[in-house]
Amino acid sequence: AYRTDEGQPWVLPVVKKVEQMIANDSSLNHEYLPILGLPEFRANASRIALGDDSPAIKENRIGSVQSLGGTGALRIGAEFLRRWYNGNNNTATPVYISAPSWENHNSVFVDAGFKDIRTYHYWDAAKRGLDLQGLLNDLENAPEFSIFILHACAHNPTGTDPSPDQWKQIAAVMKRRCLFPFFDSAYQGFASGSLDKDAWAVRYFVSEGFELFCAQSFSKNFGLYNERVGNLTVVGKDADNVQRVLSQMEKIVRTTWSNPPSQGARIVATTLSSPQLFDEWKGNVKTMADRVLLMRKELRSRLEALGTPGTWNHITEQIGMFSFTGLNPKQVEYMIKEKHIYLLASGRINMCGLTTKNLDYVAKSIHEAVTKIQ
Amino acid sequence: SSWWSHVEMGPPDPILGVTEAFKRDTNSKKMNLGVGAYRDDNGKPYVLNCVRKAEAMIASKKMDKEYLPIGGLADFTRASAELALGENSEVIKSGRYITVQGISGTGSLRIGANFLQRFFKASRDVYLPKPSWGNHTPIFRDAGMQLQAYRYYDPKTCSLDFSGAMDDISKIPEKSIILLHACAHNPTGVDPRQEQWKELAAVVKKRNLLVYFDMAYQGFASGDINRDAWAVRHFIEQGINIVLSQSFAKNMGLYGERAGAFTVICKDAEEAKRVESQLKILIRPMYSNPPVNGARIASMILNTPDLRKEWLVEVKGMADRIISMRNQLVSNLKKEGSSHNWQHITDQIGMFCFTGLKPEQVERLMKEFSVYMTKDGRISVAGVSSGNVGYLAHAIHQVTK
Repeated sequence: AYRTDEGQPWVLPVVKKVEQMIANDSSLNHEYLPILGLPEFRANASRIALGDDSPAIKENRIGSVQSLGGTGALRIGAEFLRRWYNGNNNTATPVYISAPSWENHNSVFVDAGFKDIRTYHYWDAAKRGLDLQGLLNDLENAPEFSIFILHACAHNPTGTDPSPDQWKQIAAVMKRRCLFPFFDSAYQGFASGSLDKDAWAVRYFVSEGFELFCAQSFSKNFGLYNERVGNLTVVGKDADNVQRVLSQMEKIVRTTWSNPPSQGARIVATTLSSPQLFDEWKGNVKTMADRVLLMRKELRSRLEALGTPGTWNHITEQIGMFSFTGLNPKQVEYMIKEKHIYLLASGRINMCGLTTKNLDYVAKSIHEAVTKIQ
Repeated sequence: SSWWSHVEMGPPDPILGVTEAFKRDTNSKKMNLGVGAYRDDNGKPYVLNCVRKAEAMIASKKMDKEYLPIGGLADFTRASAELALGENSEVIKSGRYITVQGISGTGSLRIGANFLQRFFKASRDVYLPKPSWGNHTPIFRDAGMQLQAYRYYDPKTCSLDFSGAMDDISKIPEKSIILLHACAHNPTGVDPRQEQWKELAAVVKKRNLLVYFDMAYQGFASGDINRDAWAVRHFIEQGINIVLSQSFAKNMGLYGERAGAFTVICKDAEEAKRVESQLKILIRPMYSNPPVNGARIASMILNTPDLRKEWLVEVKGMADRIISMRNQLVSNLKKEGSSHNWQHITDQIGMFCFTGLKPEQVERLMKEFSVYMTKDGRISVAGVSSGNVGYLAHAIHQVTK
């Protein structure tokens, strides 16, 4: 989760404002939302992902399912794919997840019933960057119709995203080999500070004519973590297909949670549908993104100033909340035990944990770990 | 071509169909008796005062929005368990239970269904009363379980087929799962009397069945939270370690906030810890952690003495209005000159009433009187008000005389 420079959770000012508006609106009640969610939320959420000028929206071939966070969107999408993709109830369709990825991806697709979950090459530990060739090879060799879970931006946990050119190469192979793109978009706006930039990959795939799913989370970019605000965007060939898909999504939702929670969706819908509040929100998002970018810049410059062995440009080249530092498990243990700095054994740090007050300490500690421990 | 060319259009929701037809009707006297939510005497949704107060208190605390634990808000789950089991329950005192927050009743049922599918290896069979809430069957089916039924409702008397139920239940294979509605059976409104619950508990225990209670109307049925939880508590006292799903949608009017809970009564606290760990493993790949808003409101109400008192009064108020509408409907039918026995309307309890009306009569009510209900003759008493109960009685009499 995001932290301020004081190391505190941050409820976005626009969220506070909108919550007050909601509280003051006595016409609002707590009635059930429709099964697929709040209509104003669904439309706006998908619009944010696909862009105002999206051909798919213009052609009325998109659908949206309000979900319990990004996880809920992934799960509903996975349950639908297991029932209706590549034949009926074809649990044998391979599902490819990046190596590494968010650990819960695996569980989501296993519990949805898929029997063949594989990894695709992604992180090159030696060069501390994207293993593009490995990725492309996996795409070439994957069975037709395989499902690929793609991180739309700010790859979790590596922070390493394909460049636009690399995305184009990925898309070309996927199109030729009839592979299904399932995007996980948990950091739109939060990664670069720009909603459009962070949605480039998803929009490119849409412009290339793909049918796809995009699981969106508003936990980070709206700071609405515990309200569980998410959206599954469905892009199809035409309105008729999307309509039938949504009717089956309803059946899946009905036996999972019946209808989604209203509070978070109301906040997001109100914000996104008001030009003024929308601008305010974009400003809040940029505040968060900029702070993380600043911390990256400051950490890297300190490590370079200290002369810490190795190269540290990956700290600023990576994007989003997380960074794969390159520290090995022993060095991580040193950080935890001797320096009381908590990070994962993979060397992943949460950049949000950095503040102007602890930058020096963290940089020095990394320096010690790298120089003392091999 | 599309990946989805072969995807069938899902069947239209029957209850939704009723509401759609109602909306299109231009008759000023129209009545929507399909609605599954409480309405006040003006036919409007009712936000409880204690809910508004709790919301104000929560807002003033300026809390953050950090993720809840996977199992939910602890103050909420603890209070939910105490509400269901009673504060003095030996189960609560010994800690031999685990309660996790669920997405209202549906989400809680689904967590339980998935848990049973994964860990209850003795049987795949879940026995539902005939009839049961329409969503029970698909929930358990999607979780990978098989559905069976036991006799429950007697359409000839519009009341409980107790001997049929006892007969069927006594023949259920050992270690099967049986689902029971704790109170205010949905859709019939027919509940066993306490003496009948005692016999049900005895036979269920004899057959060594796993008991799954669905309690969606505690307080909302009789107006008394302890009375409505009597069956649940009796079964536990008889040594039956039940699993339980609770909803706060109706009794706190928190419908869209999705506040619910799933409880497993265990052998001891140590077993409860192991069960908890597995429930979390089930929940995480579904939605990671639950929504905070409804749980915070419910927790504030249950844990703040003044608010809790106010809530008890308000939930009784809702229950009393429903009961009053039942009474008025019957007395109005008598005034209309109906010679039928309508006692089941006042014998039944909770939001719903199985009127006993036949499909043709339901059709006429819709076409000739703009009174809308589901084809099975089920009405939501919540949709009846002092302003329209007379009209309803008149309409029913016209199609049944």
